[in-house]
Amino acid sequence: MPRLVSHPDEVKVVSQRFGMGAAKIDRYIELGGYAATKKCLEQGPEWIIEEMKASSLRGRGGAGFPTGLKWSFVPKQSAKPKYVLVNGDESEPGTCKDHLIFLHDPHAVIEGTIIAGLAIGAKTGFIYLRGEYRYLLEIMDKAVADAYDKGFLGKHIFGSDTEFQIITQTGAGAYEVGEESALMESLEGKRGIPRIKPPFPAVVGLYGGPTVINNAETIATVPHVIDMGGAAFAAIGSARNGGTRLFSISGHVQRPGVYELPMGYNLKKMIYEVGGGIRGGRKLKAVVPGGSSTPVLLPEEIENLGMDFDQVGKAGSMLGSGGVVVIDDQTCIVEFALRTISFYQHESCGWCIPCREGTDWLKKSLTRFHAGYGVAKDIDNIQYLAENMMGRTFCPLGDAAAMPTIAFVKKFRKEFEEHLNGKPCPFAKHVELAVI
Amino acid sequence: MTPETMSIFSPKLAARFDALVEKYPLRRSALVPMLLYAQDEIGYLSDAVIAEVAERVGVTELEVRNVASYYSMLRFKPAGRYNVQVCTNISCMLRGAYDLYERFQEELGIGHKGVTADGLFSLEEVECIGACCWAPAIQVNYDFHDDLTAEHVTGILESYRGRAQAEGKARHA
Repeated sequence: MPRLVSHPDEVKVVSQRFGMGAAKIDRYIELGGYAATKKCLEQGPEWIIEEMKASSLRGRGGAGFPTGLKWSFVPKQSAKPKYVLVNGDESEPGTCKDHLIFLHDPHAVIEGTIIAGLAIGAKTGFIYLRGEYRYLLEIMDKAVADAYDKGFLGKHIFGSDTEFQIITQTGAGAYEVGEESALMESLEGKRGIPRIKPPFPAVVGLYGGPTVINNAETIATVPHVIDMGGAAFAAIGSARNGGTRLFSISGHVQRPGVYELPMGYNLKKMIYEVGGGIRGGRKLKAVVPGGSSTPVLLPEEIENLGMDFDQVGKAGSMLGSGGVVVIDDQTCIVEFALRTISFYQHESCGWCIPCREGTDWLKKSLTRFHAGYGVAKDIDNIQYLAENMMGRTFCPLGDAAAMPTIAFVKKFRKEFEEHLNGKPCPFAKHVELAVI
Repeated sequence: MTPETMSIFSPKLAARFDALVEKYPLRRSALVPMLLYAQDEIGYLSDAVIAEVAERVGVTELEVRNVASYYSMLRFKPAGRYNVQVCTNISCMLRGAYDLYERFQEELGIGHKGVTADGLFSLEEVECIGACCWAPAIQVNYDFHDDLTAEHVTGILESYRGRAQAEGKARHA
């Protein structure tokens, strides 16, 4: 069972019901649940969207798009049905926050989905979980069934004239399906390849209807925004970055775990105080701040770095999915870069050539490099290859593979050079064969 | 598909599939979950599974294969009764996932996507399974095991051997 952790600096908003038995609907109601949905039913769509805008909640999947604004893009009138689609395909390496949301607070996801539906005028919401999360899907399914039994879902939710249905869906193993248009393809029973944008999902989405797609954490945050008021939620975070965020701190820290901290919380403190510092008395070598696709940061870059979308962006990386991966000084960065690119090579859907071929060549080059068969010009070639993938694909997976690779080469060039000309990796325990 | 038609699935699963296709605005939306649930029961996507799923969803067998080949959890060959999936992605790697994976390889005597001779276990090196903060982590079928070291390997395998034996006895009882 995933271990729950806590730290005095945490501000528990989204995680306030974790470990309290809130997966049971009566307990959830006892803890104040479903009040937000009732309030939204009374207040109506304009009010909901204004509260969401005031909250400055930004998408927790990684892109950080303001949620209220996203909802406001959905046309009021539509010939086709509108949909809410909850992205629980959590697959970004280093990220396991939605895992805990589905486990401990499934009704918050249901509430958020209903509220999003009320805001945009949708009658159906889909909650899509990655295929590996089968036990969480069962928890979600039970929660949905219980909500139907109570009349919180169905033709007349809470006894009103408003209809809202929720359908849960399982994936079957695909990182790319976490991309919003690929997610819609998968839900329509196809291969998860991205769609060309525009049109954006808010106009032409699932089954051709206007669709709002939000990350599961974003959706689970929504009822709390309504409960406490948008302005109060915004006040917890930093400028233009409302509220708190579930940070998944993993890797070489003493106390890995999912911690809920205010947006803008200092990254150094997050590693040394919240995460308990580097395990085994070792030194920090580098940190991946927001899931494996975000460029690596050096210890000197995190001194005064506040963890919000804008500040991490300014530091040359991204807040991404909030997966903080901490790397100690006994780690080979070339091996780490290789493992990262191997993932993207495996997960590239193959639709766009720069991504399909680029990830493959990067993996081949780095495999050879790490095995000690690299030559000097390989270092520039790796960087050149990665740079030429950037911005040349339909979806961000190409960038997600290229960005970290460029950063590894730029920031650890010396370590790459140390692997040249048959020198054994100074850290490696695993002897690998050169794949040419 | 009418209940009278021959289905290769158990009556319970067949009934579930009958309901599943009606749930969505388009029948085809049932395709990915149906393939996964079918695999859970049959063990893999056999020709017969693909044929029946195609008919139920209303697409060609080729389309079913095209979709199925995209998803990493779906397979066209049988796996072991307990499919051991070891995550070696970054967060797990940093905390010893490769040691764990090597130990599984040694204990089972098989490599990536291998199946033991008795059909009890198969082994896979997999990408991130969403248990990064409890690394290194594995899944055996759908069960998570986290915070592991190589020392846990024997115990985990034993517990599944025990489970298989208990289930076998129950079946023959």
